[in-house]
Amino acid sequence: MNGPHDAGGRHGFGPIAPEPNEPLFHADWEARALALTVAAGAAGHWTIDESRFARENRSPGEYYSLSYYQIWIAGLERLLLDKGLITGQELASGRAGENTVPPKRKLKAEEVATVLSRGGPVDRDPQGRQPIFAIGDRVRTRNLQPAGHTRLPSYARDKIGRIASVQGFHAFADASARGEREAADWLYAVVFDARELWGTDAEAGDEVVIDAWEPYLEAC
Amino acid sequence: MPHDHDHGSELDDMTARVMALEKLLTDKGMVEPAALDRIIDTYENRIGPRNGAHVVALAWSDPGFRDWLERDATAAIHSLGYTGRQGEHLTAVFNTSERHNMVVCTLCSCYPWSLLGLPPVWYKSMPYRSRAVSEPRAVLKEFGVTLPEGTSVRVWDSTAEMRYLVIPMRPRGSDDMTVEELAGLVTRDSMIGTAILPDITTGEEVRA
Repeated sequence: MNGPHDAGGRHGFGPIAPEPNEPLFHADWEARALALTVAAGAAGHWTIDESRFARENRSPGEYYSLSYYQIWIAGLERLLLDKGLITGQELASGRAGENTVPPKRKLKAEEVATVLSRGGPVDRDPQGRQPIFAIGDRVRTRNLQPAGHTRLPSYARDKIGRIASVQGFHAFADASARGEREAADWLYAVVFDARELWGTDAEAGDEVVIDAWEPYLEAC
Repeated sequence: MPHDHDHGSELDDMTARVMALEKLLTDKGMVEPAALDRIIDTYENRIGPRNGAHVVALAWSDPGFRDWLERDATAAIHSLGYTGRQGEHLTAVFNTSERHNMVVCTLCSCYPWSLLGLPPVWYKSMPYRSRAVSEPRAVLKEFGVTLPEGTSVRVWDSTAEMRYLVIPMRPRGSDDMTVEELAGLVTRDSMIGTAILPDITTGEEVRA
C-alpha cells in the first residue's frame, strides 16, 4: 500500500537522533509489548506479513503519532480482533469471558529458547520452478500500486535495475499478508544506480539494493 | 514519560493498556507470562552485537570462513550457533576502499536480530528510514563519517526476509590480535554501516 510506512526518499522527518546511552527499552511496557507480540505470533494465527500489514495499514496521522511499540500494540490488537481471538468487548473491559476462537498453541516458557533459536525460515521448495532471471540481467520493476501489503517500496517502482543475486524461493509477502500461506516465489536482490532512483541529486556511482520477488519484475 | 509506579496504581496509559492486554491473553489461554519473561531476557541479556562482532572477527582472520561467508552467509553464520528469529536468511556485505555498504529497512524495521540484537531507536525512526536510501552520505555525515574520495555507497534496503551484516574494513594495526581481541574492536554501528572503525595505531578512521 502507498501508506505512511513507505518512507524511502520522503522529506521532512528531520535529522537522525542517536541516543548516547540508548536503553534497549524506554519503558517496561515496551519490553512486554515486544514479548506479547512474539508470544502471540507463536500461536500461529497469522504470518509475519499479516502482522506487518496490521501495523502499517493506518492513516498517516495515526501512524506518525504513535511510537514504535505503540504501533506494535495497535497492530497486535487488530490481529487478535480480526482473527476472532478476542472481542472488542473483552479488549475494552480487559475481562475475558466471551466465546472466541481458541488459540492453536501456547508458547510455554521452557519452549522459548528453542522456538526463538529456530526462527521462522521463509524459504520454500520451488518444486522444479526455475528462476526467470539470472545474475546480471536488466530488469524493470513493475508499476504496482496495490491497496494491500507489498514489499516493493514506492521509490523503486517502474525503475530499471539489474539482478545482483538470486536469493532463493521465498514465501511471497504480498500474498502471505492476505493469509495465503502457500504462496511463494523467486526472490532476487536487484541493484539500482542511485541516479535511476533519485536523479542527479544522487552521487554518481552510488547504488541501492532491494530484495524483489519475481512478480515485481519484468525483463527489459 | 515518568515511569515510577512503586508507590501505587497510577499507571500511564500505555502501561495500563499493555498490562490489560497481557492479562486478557493470559486469561484466554493464549500466552504464558513466564514465557514473556524469557523472551525479554533473551533480547536483554543473551542476544546482542557481540554475535555479529564474532562473525566479523572470523571474517577478518580466517580466509576459509570469509570465503564461506561470501558464498553462503546463512550456513556460515548458523554454523557458529547464531540462528533464530530475524536471522533465518543472511547475507554478509564487505566494505572495501572502493565501496561502503549500509543497511536500512525503509518499510518497517527489519534488522538481523540474531547477530545484532534489537535495533536502536534511530534505526527504526522515520529520519533514518526516509533518508538512508536517498541521501546516505548526508546521513553518514550525521554519524560523523566522511568517506574517502572514490568510495561509492551501496545501500541495502531490507525489503524481504534476507538480513544484511556489514563486514567493516579491518583496522590497520590489528595484525597480531586474536579473534577475541578483534571482536572487541567491532562496533554495532560499523555492522550496520553507519560507522567505520578507527585505525588502531593512529586512532584515525580507516582509509583506503
